[in-house]
Amino acid sequence: MGFAITNIIYIVASVLFILGLKGLAHPRTAVRGNLLASVGMLLAVVATLTDRGIVSWTVIIAGLVLGALIGTVLALKIQMTGIPELVAVFNGFGGASSVLVAGGALILAVADGTTDNTMLIATAATGLIGAVTFSGSLIAFGKLSGKLSGNPWLFPGQQVLNAIVGLGGVGLGVWLVMNPEATIFYWILVGVSFLFGILLVIPVGGADMPVVITLLNSYSGVAAAATGFVLSNNMLIIAGSLVGASGLILTQIMCKAMNRSLANVLFAGVGALVTDGPSADDVYAGKIKTTSADEVAMMLDGAQRVVFVPGYGMAVAQAQHAVHALANLLEQNGATVEYAVHPVAGRMPGHMNVLLAEANVDYDKLKDMDEINPSFDQTDVAIVIGANDVVNPVARTDPNSPIAGMPILDVDKARTVVMIKRSLSPGYAGIPNPLFSADNTLMFFADGKQAVQEIINAVKEAA
Amino acid sequence: MEALVAAVTIFVLAVFVGFEVITKVPPTLHTPLMSGSNAISGITLVGAVLAAGTDHTLLTTILGFSAVLLATINAVGGFMVTHRMLAMFRRRD
Repeated sequence: MGFAITNIIYIVASVLFILGLKGLAHPRTAVRGNLLASVGMLLAVVATLTDRGIVSWTVIIAGLVLGALIGTVLALKIQMTGIPELVAVFNGFGGASSVLVAGGALILAVADGTTDNTMLIATAATGLIGAVTFSGSLIAFGKLSGKLSGNPWLFPGQQVLNAIVGLGGVGLGVWLVMNPEATIFYWILVGVSFLFGILLVIPVGGADMPVVITLLNSYSGVAAAATGFVLSNNMLIIAGSLVGASGLILTQIMCKAMNRSLANVLFAGVGALVTDGPSADDVYAGKIKTTSADEVAMMLDGAQRVVFVPGYGMAVAQAQHAVHALANLLEQNGATVEYAVHPVAGRMPGHMNVLLAEANVDYDKLKDMDEINPSFDQTDVAIVIGANDVVNPVARTDPNSPIAGMPILDVDKARTVVMIKRSLSPGYAGIPNPLFSADNTLMFFADGKQAVQEIINAVKEAA
Repeated sequence: MEALVAAVTIFVLAVFVGFEVITKVPPTLHTPLMSGSNAISGITLVGAVLAAGTDHTLLTTILGFSAVLLATINAVGGFMVTHRMLAMFRRRD
């Protein structure tokens, strides 16, 4: 009887998870969606507490209380610019938890003599995927938070080493399935997979992080689903597959937005490669026009339509509030203002949108690439803040460029482009950007936040 | 064997539901989608609770406790930070 009730509650929780994700289809329903999903989680845990197999509650309660406390503090203290690394950490914890659950289940099943092939294969899979999720997420956290260098870390023989370690993990998994009594092999498998996760993420550079964290997100779901097969628990299978599918879709979107295959993102180490395109001198020499806050303010004075193009530089400079203040000012003067967000701008999908939402920008004004691109030729001023490769027209024109074919924001079609940037240094792809020396481009060399603040002051003075 | 087929059926159907639902999420909400779905992957907490409550050996208790701790951080922290983010997405009229 108890078993039936638990399973019915699991179905309710699964429905709540699905409705929760469905709610994320629109900002209006998203808050409620997230609440529904969290209620689903609560129900699932409470239903599990009534399981007959549970004889001791102290340890569970202690873990729940302490975990809820730590989770709450982390969630409330994090600044919005730090969201990508926090998501990476949480993701890693989910993977680690799956590893420990499967390890515990293996010990119990061996003691009771209830192991079977399905359970063992699922245990090996959980150990492998869960440990890769854990260590990969830790490295991603290090790179995203700046504690580790964001550059790709490449060395000779890397692919061979990766292949050996990966195959070693799979081999240990096969060994475990055939000899489950030696549970120590499970932990060796976990160790090797942990190493594999590190090796997989170190060659990936900073701007490719959106792909890595979406992929790790997917893995954490797959690990949870695999744990479901270990425990024959439908709740874990359903929720885990939902997350696995979600991460996979986002990974695909990110790869498409860079016109690169997943294999290329994971193994090529872009940014470390020296490309033999035109040099920066060829592109820039004598053709760069610089501007000042006063000049920009003058141009903005007559502008009907202004588009802001934020990139990772805006996040680094924490310029989102200043940008919104400038936008407000321009709107008061009768201009239309919108924001053009490239899918891979920032360090995780949707990163720019969250920062601008934090600065109280109306979400209706945040436009994605396909929506905003046709309107650039009717735009008087496009202000690019801390974005580079995603507005580089070379992607359209030079088939030999490392970013050839990557969909970009057609900023160059605007009447005037103001590039706010500290220097002419190249973006992640390591190539010069002819947009900087285009006839309609003015370079404003400064920190993003400071530059926008100066423009605000100049606009106010002019009024 | 029958149980396995049932589990695989559920797995495949859930993946399809996931694809259908997630493709409708607009790019604006991709970060909250990631952190929210990440919180859902904390569902491994259900397995962790089962492992922590068995009282088998000290080792399984330690494993269970650590699993509950990590999964709870994942789930509670994930849902809360998602809520914080989503609450910021407003339309100003």
